[in-house]
Amino acid sequence: MADLRTRIGSLEMRNPVMLASGTCGYGAELDDFMDLSELGAIIVKGTTLEPREGNQYPRMAETASGMLNAVGLQNKGIDYFEKNIYPRLAEYDTNVIVNVNGNTIEDYVELSERIQRLSAVPAIELNISCPNVKKGGMIFGTNPASAREVISAVRKVYRKTLIVKLSPNVTDITEFARISEEEGAEAVSLINTLLGMAVDVTTMKPKLSTITGGLSGPAVKPVALRMVWQVARTVNIPVIGLGGIMNATDALEFLMAGATAIQVGTASFIEPRTGIDVKKGIEKFLVGKNLDSVRRITGIINRI
Amino acid sequence: MKKRVEDLKVTENRRLTEGFFLLRVQSADGLPEIRPGQFVQALVDDSPATFLRRPLSVHDVDTGSGTLSLLVQAVGPGTERLSRLTPGDRLNLIYPLGNSFTLPLAGEKVILTGGGCGMAPLLYLARKISESGVQPHFALGFRNRSRILEHDEFLKLGPVWISTEDGSQGHKGFVTDIPAFREEEWDRVYCCGPEPMMMAVAAECRRRNIFCEVSLENLMACGMGICLCCVVPTTSGNLCSCTDGPVFNINHLKWQT
Repeated sequence: MADLRTRIGSLEMRNPVMLASGTCGYGAELDDFMDLSELGAIIVKGTTLEPREGNQYPRMAETASGMLNAVGLQNKGIDYFEKNIYPRLAEYDTNVIVNVNGNTIEDYVELSERIQRLSAVPAIELNISCPNVKKGGMIFGTNPASAREVISAVRKVYRKTLIVKLSPNVTDITEFARISEEEGAEAVSLINTLLGMAVDVTTMKPKLSTITGGLSGPAVKPVALRMVWQVARTVNIPVIGLGGIMNATDALEFLMAGATAIQVGTASFIEPRTGIDVKKGIEKFLVGKNLDSVRRITGIINRI
Repeated sequence: MKKRVEDLKVTENRRLTEGFFLLRVQSADGLPEIRPGQFVQALVDDSPATFLRRPLSVHDVDTGSGTLSLLVQAVGPGTERLSRLTPGDRLNLIYPLGNSFTLPLAGEKVILTGGGCGMAPLLYLARKISESGVQPHFALGFRNRSRILEHDEFLKLGPVWISTEDGSQGHKGFVTDIPAFREEEWDRVYCCGPEPMMMAVAAECRRRNIFCEVSLENLMACGMGICLCCVVPTTSGNLCSCTDGPVFNINHLKWQT
């Protein structure tokens, strides 16, 4: 047996495997396939103060080794979440994290305060990197001054574990990681989707109603891995790596490049049990290498 | 009922007409309860261009042998690959997914309408309607005579009226031009086919105030209600066609017809 326990700030996890926001619904959708309490954490879907209908269909296009999405943060808003979704989430014996979104800094602050009151939610993931909304989202995550402002404002009111989810659609992602650290974030998660697009040559139209959307899946993994490695060398707070993880080997790459934990995202669409398989695969790898703890491999490529 | 991920064994893969295949797969564990209108998400192996699973309607179910029939239209690399599966191959499915058609009440007069790949969910629906003691009728539309699908199977269950766009068999025109569909009094209409066809059927049903359910074929990523990609605008907002559908009552849809 290897010790898989890991820690993100004050958040303790039984293993480093998390399910990424937007790819695990509110957990219940995956209950038939696995016991979510076997995972380190689940990050439930992007939530806003007000209900949102999201973007028009079509919102998805399959691409080479990946997919584009332009969902646009469809969700029923925090009131509905508190009343109808949270009570069920509170039953899970794992860390339930909420992905927080807003149009304005005030939105982010108010929503963070609301979620702080939910005792079964020990952390939030501040989403300043959604590429599919006209206001907020990536606009905060691609401008250093705005990023600093929103993280700082949320940090002032939110006292539990604050994770900032970073956008890869910038020239230098380490700058945003540094800002997150300076403003008191306990961790950064990266990467959100890469801005992309696809054209249907038969209809001669864009495949997405929004023209551009976010690329995810194995196609983005090398880019994500490079960014995780860069960020992990830059900041002292834990880095949560995600982007195209399909199996334990992919996850191990991220851990070895410097990630303290990883998130499984798009893979769950194809194989809903990927999170569990990744966890088992990491354990098997450690046992095979006679390593007693997952912490032994975090950032190991930088130590050799 | 509980959804599962399972490797099923291919027992048959038969070409029906140009581009259409009947794929039969058998479960070693026995099938769960499957309701008409539900679908599976099929994993496509050995097709590098295919990243996501492919949603396929349940075409028929044989509980005794634990066999599912899937009607596959080969339209791209993923479904092309499925069309080349041979007996003994494995096919990994997530199933059963989605909601189902509402079965008719005793004594109701019902007709199933559809076109092309829309035949996929209609056979199992007809079988369930027939088992419930109600007589199904069929109005089925195809491009031409050579594209007609599963005619004999439908005939076993009830009267079938065919329309072809070129008039090479049955009524010339679309399903909505079939006199029996237009003129007889129906309590329920069920429909699956290309969207323009379903919209025409829905318009006719709305005009005559007939109960009508359609099965949509939106693009899907997950099929389990987690990606929110396959949404359809409804009177209750954007809903997932994979979990709130694929079957919708036309009064719930925002089709301007």
